[in-house]
Amino acid sequence: MRTIDPLSATLAALSDPTRRAILEKLAKGEATVNTLAQPLKISLPGVSKHLKVLQKAGLVVQGRDAQRRPCRLNAKRLQDVAIWAERFRRNWEESFGRLDEYLSEITKKETPK
Amino acid sequence: MTDTIQREGTITLPSDREIVMQRVFNAPARTLFDVWTKPEHVRKWYGVRSTTVTVCDIDLRVGGAWRWVVTKPQGMEIAFSGVFLEIDPPHRLQRTECFEGMPGEALVTLSFDEKDGQTTLTMHMLFENKEQRDGCLHSGMELGVRECYQKIDELLASL
Repeated sequence: MRTIDPLSATLAALSDPTRRAILEKLAKGEATVNTLAQPLKISLPGVSKHLKVLQKAGLVVQGRDAQRRPCRLNAKRLQDVAIWAERFRRNWEESFGRLDEYLSEITKKETPK
Repeated sequence: MTDTIQREGTITLPSDREIVMQRVFNAPARTLFDVWTKPEHVRKWYGVRSTTVTVCDIDLRVGGAWRWVVTKPQGMEIAFSGVFLEIDPPHRLQRTECFEGMPGEALVTLSFDEKDGQTTLTMHMLFENKEQRDGCLHSGMELGVRECYQKIDELLASL
């Protein structure tokens, strides 16, 4: 298996909208897998899968309480440069989204049928 | 809309001085090269949606200068400028890039790689040092797009 550096793991973890939604939710306070699954309308195994990725990236830690195993945000990790990179990417993505629209506009004009 | 496949770009940080972004566009390389090098095109797409391109000077020759200014709704201006170093349409474009008001200059190489009518754009940014690379990434945090991270911003602010 390819070893992934921590920065890339954080970037990969942040690149998914569902995982970003989970982080947003956890930014408000700790939550169990159940309470995370409900508003996001995804299955428990689905949430668990995403949580595993977030945990591996060090963005989320899960408590030891055997019954509840509450998850919370590892805020320290969030100050990482990966967060800036993801935001930087999203800014560009907004330009690129506009560019997609513009490209489809001009390529339509260029190929009249 | 049938053309809404997920096409988000990727970002990697291969070293402390670099940023690499990749994105696939549904257009030939020729067209993509044009939209990066002709002001009338750049004005139509560059910048986050709330901003307007108010200056777009492009002197497309080796040693020629470029300067793009985007203006936010509140009137704040953000300016980028530099000089073209390599122009190889429609494959490669290399230019220096300075975020005016910030120290240093980045070397930005755009590669356009066409396959089956689609073109992968690779934007490679090389900075003088890690501080400037990180400064560039961090500046992105102030440029708009807050929706998804607002809660995290609030959390960070409270630490």
